[in-house]
Amino acid sequence: MSNIAKLVWLIPVLPLIGFLVNGLFRKNLSKGLSGFIGSSVVLASFVLSVLVFMQVKNGEVLNIHYFDFIRLSVLNIGFEFKLDALSALFLLIITGVGFLIHVYSTAYMHDEPGKDFARYFSFLNLFVFSMLLLVMGGNFVILFIGWEGVGLCSYLLIGYWFKREDYTDAANKAFIMNRIGDLGFLLAVFWLIAKVGSVNFDEVFSAASLAKLSATDITGITLLLFVGATGKSAQIPLYTWLPDAMAGPTPVSALIHAATMVTAGIYMIARSNALFSLAEFTQTVITIVGLATALLAASIAIKQNDIKKVLAYSTVSQLGFMFIALGTGNYVAAVFHVLTHAFFKALMFLGSGSVIHAMGGEQDIRNMGGLHKHMKITSITFLIGCLAISGIPGFSGFFSKDEILAGAYGHGPLLYAVVLFAALLTAFYMFRLYFITFTGKFRGTHEQEHHLHESPAAMTIPLVILAVLSVIGGLVGVPEALGGNHMLARFLSPVVPSAGHHIEHSTEYLLMGLSSVLVIASILFAWSRFKNYTGEGDAGGFGKLLQNKWYVDELYQATIVNPLRSISGFFDRIIEKKGIDGFVNGIGKAVSYGSRQMRLVQNGQVGVYVLLMVIGMLVLFIIQLFV
Amino acid sequence: MGSYITFPELFIWIPILAGIICFFLKGEKSPKIWAILSSLLVLAAAVTSLFYTDDTKYATYNNVNYYWMKEIGNSFFVGLDGTGRILGLLTAIAFPVIFISTQKNTYKNTSAFYGLMLLTQGGLMGVFVAMDALLFYFFWELALIPVYFLCSKWGGEKRIQATFKFFVYTFAGSLLMLIGIIYVYQHTPQRIFEDGTVSAHSFALNSFLNASLTMEEQNWLFWLFFVAFAIKMPVFPFHTWQPDTYDQSPTSVTMVLSGVMVKMGLFGVIRWLIPVFPGATLQFDSLVIILCIIGIIYASCLAIVQDNIKKLVAYSSIAHIGLMCAALFTTNEMGVQGAMIQLFSHGINIIGMWVVVDILERQTGVKNISQLGGVAQKAPVLTIFLVIIALANIALPLTNAFVGEFLMFSGLFQVNTWYAIAAGISIILAAVYTLRMIQKVFYGDVSPAAEVVTDISFSEKAALFVIVVLVFVLGVMPQPLIELTKKAVNTFLATVN
Repeated sequence: MSNIAKLVWLIPVLPLIGFLVNGLFRKNLSKGLSGFIGSSVVLASFVLSVLVFMQVKNGEVLNIHYFDFIRLSVLNIGFEFKLDALSALFLLIITGVGFLIHVYSTAYMHDEPGKDFARYFSFLNLFVFSMLLLVMGGNFVILFIGWEGVGLCSYLLIGYWFKREDYTDAANKAFIMNRIGDLGFLLAVFWLIAKVGSVNFDEVFSAASLAKLSATDITGITLLLFVGATGKSAQIPLYTWLPDAMAGPTPVSALIHAATMVTAGIYMIARSNALFSLAEFTQTVITIVGLATALLAASIAIKQNDIKKVLAYSTVSQLGFMFIALGTGNYVAAVFHVLTHAFFKALMFLGSGSVIHAMGGEQDIRNMGGLHKHMKITSITFLIGCLAISGIPGFSGFFSKDEILAGAYGHGPLLYAVVLFAALLTAFYMFRLYFITFTGKFRGTHEQEHHLHESPAAMTIPLVILAVLSVIGGLVGVPEALGGNHMLARFLSPVVPSAGHHIEHSTEYLLMGLSSVLVIASILFAWSRFKNYTGEGDAGGFGKLLQNKWYVDELYQATIVNPLRSISGFFDRIIEKKGIDGFVNGIGKAVSYGSRQMRLVQNGQVGVYVLLMVIGMLVLFIIQLFV
Repeated sequence: MGSYITFPELFIWIPILAGIICFFLKGEKSPKIWAILSSLLVLAAAVTSLFYTDDTKYATYNNVNYYWMKEIGNSFFVGLDGTGRILGLLTAIAFPVIFISTQKNTYKNTSAFYGLMLLTQGGLMGVFVAMDALLFYFFWELALIPVYFLCSKWGGEKRIQATFKFFVYTFAGSLLMLIGIIYVYQHTPQRIFEDGTVSAHSFALNSFLNASLTMEEQNWLFWLFFVAFAIKMPVFPFHTWQPDTYDQSPTSVTMVLSGVMVKMGLFGVIRWLIPVFPGATLQFDSLVIILCIIGIIYASCLAIVQDNIKKLVAYSSIAHIGLMCAALFTTNEMGVQGAMIQLFSHGINIIGMWVVVDILERQTGVKNISQLGGVAQKAPVLTIFLVIIALANIALPLTNAFVGEFLMFSGLFQVNTWYAIAAGISIILAAVYTLRMIQKVFYGDVSPAAEVVTDISFSEKAALFVIVVLVFVLGVMPQPLIELTKKAVNTFLATVN
C-alpha cells in the first residue's frame, strides 16, 4: 500500500472529528476556536485529497478494504473505499469549495451565540463527512450511507434556526423528499443483490455481472437509481425541496447547491455509467426529465424576487443540464459542469450572502438596487459568476455548457434547440437578478442604505478565489476544436468513457458562435429591461403562474399530502376505533351481556336448582340413549 | 447434564430469587437499589456468557436438562442458542437501563413493584431459553402475569380497561397455544429417559420437531400458534390492545412490554412455529407476509395522525415488529438474519424512545404533541439524545437499525419485488411521523406546558448514553451481532428448507 493509501481514511474522519469536537464542546469553545477547528479539518482533508489526486491522476486506482460491514454466506458488504479519477475530482470539489464556505461562514455567522455557532460548524463538518463518504465508498451501501447522511445534514442545517416553524417545515420537506428518492435507490440495490449477489462497484460493473442482468433488470435498476438521483439532485418530480432549502443560513445553501448534496445524483450515475450506458430507455427518460426540469426551473427563476430563490431555481435548472448530459451518454460533460457549476454557484450564493449581510437580512431584490457602488468586490465577483453561468466565451461555464450543447446536437438539432433555449433563459434571469440588485437606484429604506458596506475579508477572499476559479476553471476542459486537449476527459477516461458523438470542428465553431451570440443578445435584453428597474406590481396571467412556481407545491399538497392525512385519519377513526376495536369490544360486551343473563339463573331458589338438575339429567339420559 | 450452574439457569434464577426477596424489602430506596443490583448481576452473567459461545467446548455451560415430571415426558431443559443469546442479552441490558432511567419515578408500594418487575425478567429469560414446550408455556405465562398486576395497579387513569383488554387478548392467545401444544404433544414419539423411565410422548423441542403431523393437522395447528404469537407481537389485526396498554401502563412497564416482551411473539415464531410446522409455513408464508405488510403501512399511517406521543411510539413499534415478522417468513438468509439482529436493535431503540417520552411526561405532565413545543430550548441535551434515537428508530445508516432493516427489505425483495416496494413505503412514512414529532415537540417556541422542562439528570444521561453507544457501535460494526446469531439462523433455515 502506498503511503497516501494509508492516510486515506483521514479524509472523511477529520471532518468527523471536527463534528464531534464542535458538537460536544460547543459550550466551552470560543467562536474563533470552533470556526478554526471547523475550517482547518476541511483544509486538512483538502490537502490529503490533493495528494490522492496526484496518486490517481495516471490511472491508478486505490481500493481499500477496512473491515466487513455485513457478511453473510450469500452477501458480503465491506466497509471499503474506492479512489479513482472520478472520486478524486469530487474530493477536490467537496473539500476545496467546502473549505472556502467554512472560512466564509466564520464571518457570516458571527452574530450567532457561541454554542449555536459551534453547532453550526459541527453540522457543516458532518455534511462534508457524509459527502466524502458518499464519493469514496467502494460499493453501493457505503455510498448509500453518505447518501442518507447528506440528507440528514441538509435537514439539520435547513432547520438550523429551529424556532421558526416554516424553516423546520422546509427541513422536514427536504428530508422526506430525499427519503422518497432513497427508497428508489434502495430498491435498485436490492435488485442488484438479488441478481448479481454483490453491491461492490467493481463486481457489479464487471462484464460477468452485467451479463447476468436481463434487459428488464438493467432498465429497472437504472430507473430506480435515477429515482434516487431525482431526490438528491432535485429533478422533477422531487425538486421542490431544494428551493425551500434556502431557509438555512446562506453558506449552507452554497454548500448544498454547489459543493455537495445535489451533485450526488450526478456522481452516482457517472459512477454507474457501465449500467446506464446499457439502458437506452432510462437514458431517454433521464434526458427528458433533465430537459423538463431545466426549462421549468428556468421559467420559475425569471419571476422570483427573492435573491436566494432565483439562485435556487437556477441550481435546479443547471442540474437539469447535467442530467441532459448524462442522458445523452455525455458523462464527462456532466462531471465537467458539476465542477464549473461548483465554482460559480458557490460564488453567487456566497455573494448573495454578502448582499444579505449588508442589507441586514433583506432578501427581496425589489428592495435592493444600485449596490455596486457600495460593495464593489461582491458586485464584480457576482458579475463574474453571472457571466460564467451564462456561458460567455472564455469563462468556465462556457466550456462545460458548450460540451453539453454539442452532445445534445449529436442527438438531434431539436434537442439542441431546446437546450439552447434553456441556456438563454439562464442568461436572462441571471442578469435580471444582477441588474435589479446591483445597478439602478437603491430602493430600500434609508436606514438600510446607511448601513450598506462591503463585507469583511473572511467573506470577500473566498469570493475572489471562487471568481478566479469561475474564470479559469473551464481551462481543464478546452475542447480540441479550440486547440485544447481536454485534460479532464483524459483524466477521467479510466472511469468514465468519453461521449461517442463526433461532430465536425466546423459545425462546432458554428454552434459555439450561435450560442455565444444569442446569450449576449439575451443579456442585452435583460439589460434593456432591468437596468433602471423601479419595481413592478404583482404579475398577472402567465407571470403569476411562474411567480407561484406553476403551483406544483399546491398540487403535491392536494394530491399526496392531504390524501395521506385523510386516509390516516380514516384508518384511525373508522377502521381502528370502530372497526377492529369495535369488534373486539363487541365480543367483550356480548360475553358480559350473556353472563348477566345467565346470572339470573342463580337466584338462590332451591326449587329452580332442582328443576334444572332434573332437566340436565334428562338431557344426559337422552344423549346416552341415542349415542 | 451439567455439573456447573449454567448460564441459562443464572438468567432465570437470579431475577426470580431477587424478585421474591424484593417483596420483603422495606422503604422506597432499598427495593430500587436491590433491583438495579440484581439486574446488573444478570447483565454481568449475560456478558460473560458471550465469551462461552463455542458449543463444541462449552456446551455444558449453556445447556442443562433436569428431570421434571418425566412420567409425562417433560423435563426442565434450558439451553442457549443464538436466538436465546441475543434476546437474553437484550433482556439483560434492558432491565438495568429501565431501572436506572426511571429511577426518579415514584411508585406506591415500591417493593412489590420492583419485585414484580424482576419476576417478569425471570419469566422472559425462561421463555428465551426453554427447550421444552411445557416449560416454554410455563414461562410464557410467568412473564405475563406480573405484567398484568403492574399495569392494573400502577397504571394511568384508564388502566383497568386497558389491562383487561391486554389480559384477555393475550390470555386467549395463550390458551390457543396451549391447545396446540397438547395436540402436538400427543403426536410426538415416545421418550426414554436415562434412568429407564419411558413416557409415551414428550414435550422436548426435538420431539416437537419430529412430531408426526399430517399436512392438514399442521395447517390448523399453525394458526393456533400463529394467533398466540401474533397477539403478542402484535400483528395487524390483533394489535388493538397495544396502544392503549402502552399508553396506560407505567412507562417502565411499557419499556419492558415494547422493548422485550413483544419479542416473545417473534421468538415463538423462530423457535416453535416455523420449525415445528415447516409444511404449513410454506403454505401460508405469503398470506402472513401480506398481513404483516398491511399492518406496516396501516400502523405507520396511524402513527402520522396520533397526538399522544405514547400512542405514536406504539404504532411505530407495531410497524417495525410487522416488518420483522414478515422478514422471518421470507425464510431466506437475508430476511431472517436481518430480523434476528433487529430483535436486538429494535429493543434498544424503542426503550430509548420511551426513556425520553417518560422524562417529558414526568416533567410536564402532558403527553400530547399539541401541548408541547420548544423543548430543544429548554433541554438541549435531551433533544440531542432524542434526535439520535429517533433517527436510529427510522433506520438511518450507521445506526443499528439500518443493518437489520436493510437485510430484511432485501430478504423481502428476494421473495417478491412488490413486497419490498409496499413495505418500503413505510421508510417514507416513518420519516413523516418521526420528523413531525421532533418538530412539534422539540422545535418551535416554548409551549406553556414545556416551560417547566429542565435538562436531564445524570442517571438519565447515563442510561441514554448506553443506548446511544449501542446505536452507533452496532451501526458501524454490526458483524459481531451477525456472528452471534449466524448458527441459529442456519439451523432455523435448515428446518424449513
